[in-house]
Amino acid sequence: MTVLTVPEAETNPSLTRRTRVFRRLRRNPLAVISFVVLAIAVAVALLAPWIAPHAVEDTDFGSIFSPPGTPGHLLGTDDLGRDVLSRIMYGARASLEVGLLAVLTALVIGVPLGLAAGYFRTLDAIIGRFTDLLLAFPFLILAVGLAAIRGASLGNAAVAIGIAQIPGVIRVIRSDTLRLKSLDFVAAAVVDGASDLWVLSRHILPNATSVILVQATVALPAAILGEAVLSFLGLGIQPPDPSLGTMLATAQQFAARAPWAATLPGLVIMILALTFNVFGDALRDALDPKGDR
Amino acid sequence: MARYLLTRAWHSALTLVLASVVVFLGIRALPGDPALALAGEDRSPEALAAIRAEYGLDRPVLVQFGHYVERMVQGDFGTSIRTGIPVSDMLRTALPVTIELSVLAIVIAAALGVGAGVVAAVRRGRPAEWAANFLALVGLSVPHFWLGLLAILYLSVATGLFPASGFVPFFEDPVGNLHHIILPALILGTGLAAIIMRQTRSAMLDSLSADYVRTAKAKGLSPRAVIGRHALRNSLIVVVTIVGLQLGGLISGAVVTEQIFGLPGFGKMTIDAVFQRDYPVIQAVVLLTATAYIVINFLVDLVYSLIDPRIRVAGDAA
Repeated sequence: MTVLTVPEAETNPSLTRRTRVFRRLRRNPLAVISFVVLAIAVAVALLAPWIAPHAVEDTDFGSIFSPPGTPGHLLGTDDLGRDVLSRIMYGARASLEVGLLAVLTALVIGVPLGLAAGYFRTLDAIIGRFTDLLLAFPFLILAVGLAAIRGASLGNAAVAIGIAQIPGVIRVIRSDTLRLKSLDFVAAAVVDGASDLWVLSRHILPNATSVILVQATVALPAAILGEAVLSFLGLGIQPPDPSLGTMLATAQQFAARAPWAATLPGLVIMILALTFNVFGDALRDALDPKGDR
Repeated sequence: MARYLLTRAWHSALTLVLASVVVFLGIRALPGDPALALAGEDRSPEALAAIRAEYGLDRPVLVQFGHYVERMVQGDFGTSIRTGIPVSDMLRTALPVTIELSVLAIVIAAALGVGAGVVAAVRRGRPAEWAANFLALVGLSVPHFWLGLLAILYLSVATGLFPASGFVPFFEDPVGNLHHIILPALILGTGLAAIIMRQTRSAMLDSLSADYVRTAKAKGLSPRAVIGRHALRNSLIVVVTIVGLQLGGLISGAVVTEQIFGLPGFGKMTIDAVFQRDYPVIQAVVLLTATAYIVINFLVDLVYSLIDPRIRVAGDAA
């Protein structure tokens, strides 16, 4: 088989397209703001062990339910006198961890299946039924089943959310593969004798990256919300490990005494999801080839 | 059309069979002896033998599966380990609560979503569109259980306008029933409303620039008539589609919402069952959810092909 080298003229437009996408993102104030907020959130989450004012498990029974603004406890304390700000930092870290794990699970399984479904007609029907089957189990019901079989944990929550996101990944990648397959450069590669695997990995997958990227930015905030729900219900991260969802579950019992503890973690979840959604929207607009003209 | 519906029916049936196999295997994937798991507290050899005989656990797997399908089709989901009540009886009291909650949430979401979507499309580039877009983004990003917590904290507890938890059956006290369920339904509906709004907006933008709408305008029809008669009809399709696609999310959302507001529905039953390791209930819940999802989506496709002739044609061609 002759190796098909992509001529310089074909790689260059894609490079300029990338710079065009970046330029468009930079000119969109919403994209810039959401990116900055996300960068801060990720930095705080990563650096939590070093910058959190208190250790997560540090209890202080002398000052339970301190309101926000108490010296030493900027956002107050919870029912065990633990520092809310520190727990939010660690909780955001757990949210991002589960979110990334879930989206990675969905992509690792969904992308190859989507490519196969779009490329091979014979596999399309089988993968279609597999997708139907997955869709029949909502993520919460999947999590319930997994928790019943394997017990509730961070990992099982991530797997349940990830599995539930596979159908969406398959659908998007499949339709993009169908589109790319009908283009001349793929036909040329096939005529040139390139194997299916070569065409898929060298021609279709690289051109589908923007679609995969957009899908990931859609899936990530959904996964973060999913983790919060599962942990809130006790099906995800288990106490005393900090999670924004479990913080809200505990705070619910004391909501009348410490409304801040029931308000702040939810606000952080919303800001995380909102900024990811805003950035995802901006990225989709920037990647949209219609904007090139 | 007939061919399209036949294909869809065949796919739905196949998915249903596969889903029941998954649930059947799931119960067998439980750690340890399934008879022990199903027995709950009473683990005497006699009780275990009775359970093995009842579920046919001493028989070949295929026979077991046949037996299992037979029982499920008859609506026999076994008895709850914790309460001793037949699971079908538990479902009979729990399901109406969840169905009422979900239907109300869909109605609220459709009203809010279509309304905001139309406004956003018609007032393109004005503050009204930005407000609608922003609200939709927030609706997509807010954790709904947190919204529920805030509603209880700042609406129910603080003002006493709504009950913080509990439930009254509709046929006993319709007003009290709505009073208890309206706030949970509103909160369950917000996410759906956001998705419907975004879809309605883009569908409206497409149809507002379509030739047939331009023709209608050129004929001298009032903007209200153009929007109402031509463009809005499409949003019916949007709502039906979204409800089909988002059904899984709606079921998940209902579970959480019931948990927060203490509504004695399907969701509360599910969560209680997980923590009590009530396997017959869990099995029924998972299987029933999958069945409901498959059946309702088939119905959505049916309705869809009735409202939109293009789908029939495309389906037949495929």
